[in-house]
Amino acid sequence: MSAESLNDQPFVVLQDVAKRWNGQLGVEEISLEIEEGSFVALLGPSGCGKSTTLRLLAGLELPDEGEIVIQGRDVTSSAASDRNLSMVFQSYALFPHLSVAENVVFGLKVRRVPKAERREKMERALEITGLLGFESRKPAELSGGQRQRVALARAIVAGQPLCLMDEPLSNLDAKLRNSVRKDIKKLQRDLGITVVYVTHDQTEAMSMADKVVLMKDGRIQQIGSPDDLYNRPANTFVAGFVGAPPMALIDGEMLEGFLPDSKIGLRAEHVSIVPAGSGRFTCRISECEFLGSETLIGLQHPGTTGLTLLQPGLSLLEENTSIDINFEDQHLHIFNTDGQRVNA
Amino acid sequence: MAERVNQERRRQAIYGWLLLLPAATLLSIFAFYPTVATLWSSLFSRGTRRRPSEFVGTENYADLFADPTFWLVVQNNLLYAAITIPVSIGIALAMALWANSKIPARGFVRTAYFTPTVLPMIAAANLWLFFYTPGLGVLDQIGSLFGIPSINWLGQPETALWAVIIVTIWKEAGFFMIFYLAALQTIPEDLKEAADIEGASRWTYLRRIVLPLLMPTTLFIVVNAMINSVKLIDHLFILTKGGPSDASKLILYYIWEMAFAFFDAPHAAAMTIMILSVLCIVATIQFFYIDRRTHYQ
Repeated sequence: MSAESLNDQPFVVLQDVAKRWNGQLGVEEISLEIEEGSFVALLGPSGCGKSTTLRLLAGLELPDEGEIVIQGRDVTSSAASDRNLSMVFQSYALFPHLSVAENVVFGLKVRRVPKAERREKMERALEITGLLGFESRKPAELSGGQRQRVALARAIVAGQPLCLMDEPLSNLDAKLRNSVRKDIKKLQRDLGITVVYVTHDQTEAMSMADKVVLMKDGRIQQIGSPDDLYNRPANTFVAGFVGAPPMALIDGEMLEGFLPDSKIGLRAEHVSIVPAGSGRFTCRISECEFLGSETLIGLQHPGTTGLTLLQPGLSLLEENTSIDINFEDQHLHIFNTDGQRVNA
Repeated sequence: MAERVNQERRRQAIYGWLLLLPAATLLSIFAFYPTVATLWSSLFSRGTRRRPSEFVGTENYADLFADPTFWLVVQNNLLYAAITIPVSIGIALAMALWANSKIPARGFVRTAYFTPTVLPMIAAANLWLFFYTPGLGVLDQIGSLFGIPSINWLGQPETALWAVIIVTIWKEAGFFMIFYLAALQTIPEDLKEAADIEGASRWTYLRRIVLPLLMPTTLFIVVNAMINSVKLIDHLFILTKGGPSDASKLILYYIWEMAFAFFDAPHAAAMTIMILSVLCIVATIQFFYIDRRTHYQ
């Protein structure tokens, strides 16, 4: 993130944006600032309003309330084409009857860019996305990963400063997803464009984004760096969403020195096994999951949910046996009755 | 080993032929055999009690080429096709685009457009007879409000064919609309959104994206419309009977007349063969030329 390039006003501003469909949940009170050249991920479970937020930003939907400013210009009710942005769709939305080259230059042609310039820009976009040699193929003749790159090429060819991506990797297999993820991140850095990226996959959001916006039920839960979300979750939802495994939540009454109706968050890596009789909890082992470099051990204890611990290497403990665990107070996250974070 | 492979291959072949058999039988009895029989009988003269039918080669065809009525009918049919095919397709596309957009009472609009297709052609023709009738007809009633003199739409050679053409378009457009409507619904919504973001106008989107994607449907409809322009003659029986003075007579009606009013089967057979040949040639051109330039999803 280029903090020094910040002007008076951020690159993109959403101010109290709301969109409602009759009866159906849309989004409420979306306020968000996006710096130029940054990579922002909208993260959340399906139906949380992240795609709606992106579509509002794109101009494919118009908000019922609030305003949207892009590059200092109020675009709240502008058409999508007047917002100087490009978009990568989840389905790629490639024109099936047009070749790769025609797909990529479609927008340039519509905007009457001269032919020579069009050719130059297209070649550059195809080179960046590694699609040279595929110019005359139809989308149906390409693999999923190649189609995805055509969609990317189409998004970057016009050189728009803002690029919106709606779950661009969700149709790819896991292996390809990893490599394309790196490609997209590199592309964004090299071109210096601002990317707003919608995903339900926290690995994608955490690994790519400078800033993650976590949403639930049409509202923003937390805006922050991946570090903030992981180490300083703003509320119990964030705590229970971010991380694999997510934080365990312990009722306050289970521990001394905490308010009885508060919730205490605890990450698996901060839990250790201690000899019987010397731990803070005595738990039952409910399951063991071998992950390769470590083993994830699920624990059960009254008044807790999602309590887990990690052991290095292969360490399969017998299920339904009891062990004692310990953890330090400094690693605890404290949330009040409303689920909001209390400690700094 | 080779024995077994051979046996398997033969088994597959028999299996294939058995699957083809039902359709092949029906087509042979009701399409291929009549075609050949028609071709055969078009080569013989008309038999009377005094002069039994004899082989005359292409004489029946030569007679037709010398017959001014035949040429008039061909000309009528060409005009009929040249107007009804593009106009009904154009209207069908326009109606489909409208009925596919987010409009109030969309279901009603779709049903209304499709109604003419549901009506039997004879019933539709009677309906239009009521519109066209001079004096009493709806068209004349409306015309008289504006002081326009009564016009006998079906009764004068200048307007009779046009009146028939309008009925055909009215009947066909709703039918073709259904195909376009179905095709439009297979075009994903996000193509429109992608085009919007790229700055394409509605017109550009229609011309560059929608129409090319509708090409397979258009091809199918064109072939159907063409066949209809030859075979759809039911309304002639009600509206004009080909008149006045053959002004609205179409080829199939003329064939019917030739065979069942004049009892001249050989000439009717000769005309049938000519229609079949022309239809075959045009359909071949359409499928082999246009098909190659069409994108199928």
